[in-house]
Amino acid sequence: MTTHAVATPVPVPVSIPVRQILPYALFVGIISLIALYFVGAEQGALAVFDGTYVHELVHDARHLLGFPCH
Amino acid sequence: MPLSETGTDRAATSAALDVRSLLVWGLLAGLLGGVLAFGFAEAFGEPSVDTAISLEEQGGAAEHSHDDGAAAGHSHGEEGAEEEVVSRSFQSTGGLAIGTVVYGLGLGGLFGLAFAFAYGRLGTASPRGTAVAVLGIGYTAVVLVPFLTYPANPPAVGRGETIGERTGLFFGMVGISLVLALVAVFVGRKLAQRLDGWTAVLVAGLGYLVLVTVAAKLLPDFQEVPDGFPGATLWEFRIASLGTSAVLWAGIGIGFAALLHRGLTRAR
Repeated sequence: MTTHAVATPVPVPVSIPVRQILPYALFVGIISLIALYFVGAEQGALAVFDGTYVHELVHDARHLLGFPCH
Repeated sequence: MPLSETGTDRAATSAALDVRSLLVWGLLAGLLGGVLAFGFAEAFGEPSVDTAISLEEQGGAAEHSHDDGAAAGHSHGEEGAEEEVVSRSFQSTGGLAIGTVVYGLGLGGLFGLAFAFAYGRLGTASPRGTAVAVLGIGYTAVVLVPFLTYPANPPAVGRGETIGERTGLFFGMVGISLVLALVAVFVGRKLAQRLDGWTAVLVAGLGYLVLVTVAAKLLPDFQEVPDGFPGATLWEFRIASLGTSAVLWAGIGIGFAALLHRGLTRAR
């Protein structure tokens, strides 16, 4: 069996079952999207928190990453 | 860590992957991409942002409104009586770094997830090949096409009254482009069963381009560059913006591919 493995030059890609990815996808997906939202849009057209601090803090990154800023 | 079945030849040949390692590599790659994007933006983006802000303060951009909605109290520093929430010098250094790194981490996590779904589902692409495919499809769908539809604007460009509309349409365009790209990938996979891989990818890619162009042309556009705003500054800013995203995505994609390869070969 091991010799067979060595003889195979290209590894056969085996996909990860969707069932296995889904819990991670939900958790990390939501947290990641929140991170992107705060850099890309918070206190611009939309706002979760009052004030302008988040907007001002990430102002330059928001412009340069291509998001509408103001 | 990446191989739960170390020792069995199946694990060794099929390069079995677990989602947790992919996410860790995604976040590390995201950190790398964010730091690199910060360096690029600081060097090539900030000069045009500074120019645009000084033009804005001279009142050269009368259309830009400081008095409405969320933009009220918007400060770029040195605006006299207006209170400065974050100093301009911090905005262009620490603030930029925080923004790019947080964004890089978020995108890195999503990249790891996208890879987890893509691996083994894009023909016989190798792990690194799959990472590069995710990078290319992702950058085109999420950055390039939305940018070409609604280009990035420096300070002083864009009217305050339309920020809601512009934000909605920008994210809408990202969504449309991403959905069409995913449809193209699924269609391409189906076609590959009947045609050869080359033709399948070509047809799916062309289909995406046609549909996304139609969508972009149907959406409203905004011509809000104030009179007298220098074209050179606008060009410099937009190229720097595209470059910042390119560096960010390339850092994530290539960093991820390198970590993946290292993880897979070391475990073997």
